[in-house]
Amino acid sequence: MTEHSPLPDDLFDIAVIGAGVVGCALTRAFAMAGARVILLEKAHDILDGASKGNSAILHTGFDAPVGSLEAACVAAGHAEYLDIHDRLGLPVMKTGALVIAWTEDEEAALPALMEQARQNGVNDVHFLDRTALREAEPGLGAAARAAFRVPREYLIDPWAAPLAYLTQAMAHGAALRRNCPVTDGAFDGTGWRLTTPQGTVRTKAVINAAGLYGDRVDQMLLGRSNFTIRPRKGQFVVYDKPAFDLATHILLPVPSKTTKGIVVCRTIWGNLLVGPTAEEQEDRETAVLVPATLDALRRRGEEILPALAQHDITALYAGLRPATEEKEYRVTRHPENMVTVGGIRSTGLSAALGLARHILDGWPQGFGQGDGQGTGWTAPATVWPKVPNISEAGPRDWQSPGHGGILCHCEMVTEREVAAALTGPLAARSLAGLKRRTRVTMGRCQGYHCAARLGQVTDGVFSQPMVPEDG
Amino acid sequence: MVYSASRWCPKMADLPQNPAVVIVGSGPAGLAAATLLAEAGVGPVIVLERAATPGGVPRHCAHSPYGLREFRRLMTGPAYARALVARAKAAGVTIHSGVNVTQLLPGPEVAVTSDVGPARIAARLVMLATGARESTRAQRMIGGTKPAGVLSTGALQALIHEDGLIPFRRPVILGTELVSFSALLTCRLAGIRPMAMIEETGRTTARKPSGLLPFALGIPLLTGTSVAEVEGRDRVTGIRMAGAHADRLGADGLIVTGRFRPEAALLPQSHLVRDPGTGGPEVDQFGRCSDPCYFASGNLLRPVETAGWCWAEGRSVGEAMLRTLKGTLAPDPGLRIGSSGVSAMVPQRIAPGTDPALDRLQIRVAVPSRGRLSLQVDGSEVAGRDLRALPERRIVLPLPRPDALQIEVRLAQDQQEGP
Ligand SMILES: Cc1cc2nc3c(=O)[nH]c(=O)nc-3n(C[C@H](O)[C@H](O)[C@H](O)COP(=O)(O)OP(=O)(O)OC[C@H]3O[C@@H](n4cnc5c(N)ncnc54)[C@H](O)[C@@H]3O)c2cc1C
Ligand SMILES: Cc1cc2nc3c(=O)[nH]c(=O)nc-3n(C[C@H](O)[C@H](O)[C@H](O)COP(=O)(O)OP(=O)(O)OC[C@H]3O[C@@H](n4cnc5c(N)ncnc54)[C@H](O)[C@@H]3O)c2cc1C
Repeated sequence: MTEHSPLPDDLFDIAVIGAGVVGCALTRAFAMAGARVILLEKAHDILDGASKGNSAILHTGFDAPVGSLEAACVAAGHAEYLDIHDRLGLPVMKTGALVIAWTEDEEAALPALMEQARQNGVNDVHFLDRTALREAEPGLGAAARAAFRVPREYLIDPWAAPLAYLTQAMAHGAALRRNCPVTDGAFDGTGWRLTTPQGTVRTKAVINAAGLYGDRVDQMLLGRSNFTIRPRKGQFVVYDKPAFDLATHILLPVPSKTTKGIVVCRTIWGNLLVGPTAEEQEDRETAVLVPATLDALRRRGEEILPALAQHDITALYAGLRPATEEKEYRVTRHPENMVTVGGIRSTGLSAALGLARHILDGWPQGFGQGDGQGTGWTAPATVWPKVPNISEAGPRDWQSPGHGGILCHCEMVTEREVAAALTGPLAARSLAGLKRRTRVTMGRCQGYHCAARLGQVTDGVFSQPMVPEDG
Repeated sequence: MVYSASRWCPKMADLPQNPAVVIVGSGPAGLAAATLLAEAGVGPVIVLERAATPGGVPRHCAHSPYGLREFRRLMTGPAYARALVARAKAAGVTIHSGVNVTQLLPGPEVAVTSDVGPARIAARLVMLATGARESTRAQRMIGGTKPAGVLSTGALQALIHEDGLIPFRRPVILGTELVSFSALLTCRLAGIRPMAMIEETGRTTARKPSGLLPFALGIPLLTGTSVAEVEGRDRVTGIRMAGAHADRLGADGLIVTGRFRPEAALLPQSHLVRDPGTGGPEVDQFGRCSDPCYFASGNLLRPVETAGWCWAEGRSVGEAMLRTLKGTLAPDPGLRIGSSGVSAMVPQRIAPGTDPALDRLQIRVAVPSRGRLSLQVDGSEVAGRDLRALPERRIVLPLPRPDALQIEVRLAQDQQEGP
């Protein structure tokens, strides 16, 4: 079945609603376990919700609430990522993090945070006094007092990871439908009929991984929801590549109750970023960039790393966290053959693989099995399709022959890379999707040099064209 | 899309092993230097250009005026670019398109990549002529959403000229530099009707007669106004403004024009000294970089001048390279010029020797300024004038003597003018 053929009449074991990082990881886990899975995404392309803009840190879970599901899933997700990333061609930048105290009060809070880390199983944290801190990060502002190091906080590619999970899921038979919002559904006691503009999907069970719409999808399908999404915006400033060398660690502040605070860290593509903010809002769709806030971020960045003042900005972006009224993830099994994986607020990129494992392992007997005797699934032989590397952590396509020339000069994206991202079962369906797969136009010139060529190669390819239809 | 390497990227099977001169960038500056050097018979001169076709910015710029200085007639950008390319080829220059220079190394030697993969090319001298690009929306900290339809002038011209694509019908143009009027002309030629031109300061940056263009075309010019917010999810649906016209326009695009910055991405990871003021390489009055085997010219030196100016600059820096190859211009680090009150200056160093390639000090200010601009040599003013200047506009002073011991350019502000 291709994405364009009519929806099949036959029964799926599981329909996953929402192709964010969580939905992609869930689809992977169940497809590899042998379930017949379909992933339904309302947007033009995958990763169009909360997963489109984050800090890209692979967290250890050192600062998660002790004993929480979040702590367990982040730890498990971190471990599984390290286990599989090579086989999927996914990068990891092993930077480590420093939790830095800038005031006396913050310094006083460090021991308790280190203790919390140990209780979360992160035993390799260690303290750095002012001298050791300065040695570790000579570029830090003078006010930095002390810190502790969390060696296994890493940086990854936030888009390649879910793309690889879904690619592997599809290699194990999972189906994907984009432009396919679930608009209604009915449970008949043994299975679901989900309504979409592309037709009805019949499935034994449903997993709601709708991110910023998790509560709405619960309401729509079950008529109830035990949580409410309270979108929390995070804005970022990204600096040009020369700033990459200003700091080696992920520089974290002492966290507050509501946020991990303003981070300065590298990106896997060789930039340096400052952010995110934490701003509550009603709107679930749009994360508006606010110059005054971004200016404040920039100033905070310059306090943390004074040399940043001499560096150029490459990009601004903002993301929305699917926060709820509680800190903990909102994972619920419903008697109607449905599981909600909601409120995956600010650690979903790290936790996704762990969450998927958790849901799979706890998959209720009888969810979609008439006889209640196990799942009845047979796992197919495991395959490991690799995604192309677009990070600075490995060799790039432009370094090998036959790449067809460079299309995006700032990010050194080749014609061959773009062509590859526009073909195959998971081909980019929007300009944003192409950017996330290749980084075209995401560099310092933001399209000044490559917009024309990009217009040529994508003309007529996207459901949302680069230029308006009537143009 | 069917992927085809040959359509885009000509094979560069025969990159010469040891050219005398490598020129990076085939805009007016690079081609002018290449032509001069090839005509002088210095040995193989090659131009490396990362775009598919040579010619630099003018090749997309479908309107006049180009060519007055070089060809003594009024030409459109593409015609001008073709003429420069033809002249260079006739002089014996080899132009390799589809070749990206990725690294500058001592030697001099440049690392490149193209369809055939990475390679290195050593030469006797290298000229950098990689031009400039406009500041982006992000660099200008423009708020709002990030839909499609926010473009620079350069991207707009390339889209229209290369693809025949019309990205919007009713955009807003931000900026009033020369290039902003180029955006306006481009729109007119493509049947796009801008809703307004907006300018953050109180007056038009470009000098007359360009400044009169909006009036002639009946397009409102809103000064003292900035973009507060871009609206729209997939496409631009509106532009919210702040300042004198705190209004909303139902525009479907935004052209973010001007505030050029040198295309100097190769510098930070190279051994060459970068001037923080211009953002380009630090050069002396011969266009020589801190490594005297490297020269630079054109808009890479300082944003931003006309094609004719860049062409003339390319030629005269080319002459300095010729003298270097003949051994009549000896390397010398020279003296760094101090500065205060100005934001950028080129050249930044003065070395011994006559017949400078850059025969004036080119200066820029960051904010609208009024005051006394003076050139101080060994403690006394040798040139100066009372100045009223806007950012992005050219200010010149005579070049100081190479035998001075201390040189400083000083701008003493009377007062800072508000917008
Ligand atoms: C500013 C910021 C910084 C962050 N930093 C980090 C970090 O450094 N490390 C980390 O691990 N995590 C981080 N996170 C958290 C992480 O990004 C999120 O936890 C994660 O993206 C949540 O993914 P999700 O799949 O649950 O939701 P989403 O990505 O929102 O996916 C849900 C999907 O469901 C789709 N959908 C909704 N309704 C329907 C419907 N009716 N039918 C079909 N489809 C539907 C949506 O279009 C969307 O694609 C950060 C988040 C933010 C915002
Ligand atoms: C929209 C617009 C309108 C204009 N209108 C006019 C006008 O009407 N009249 C006028 O006189 N002037 C005009 N100008 C200015 C004029 O075009 C420029 O001054 C002139 O092109 C600058 O020449 P240059 O050689 O310095 O650089 P460019 O023309 O910018 O050429 C630089 C070249 O270097 C190449 N390059 C960059 N990096 C690399 C690398 N790493 N490897 C290989 N190649 C590289 C680029 O691809 C480019 O081709 C306009 C400029 C713009 C942007």
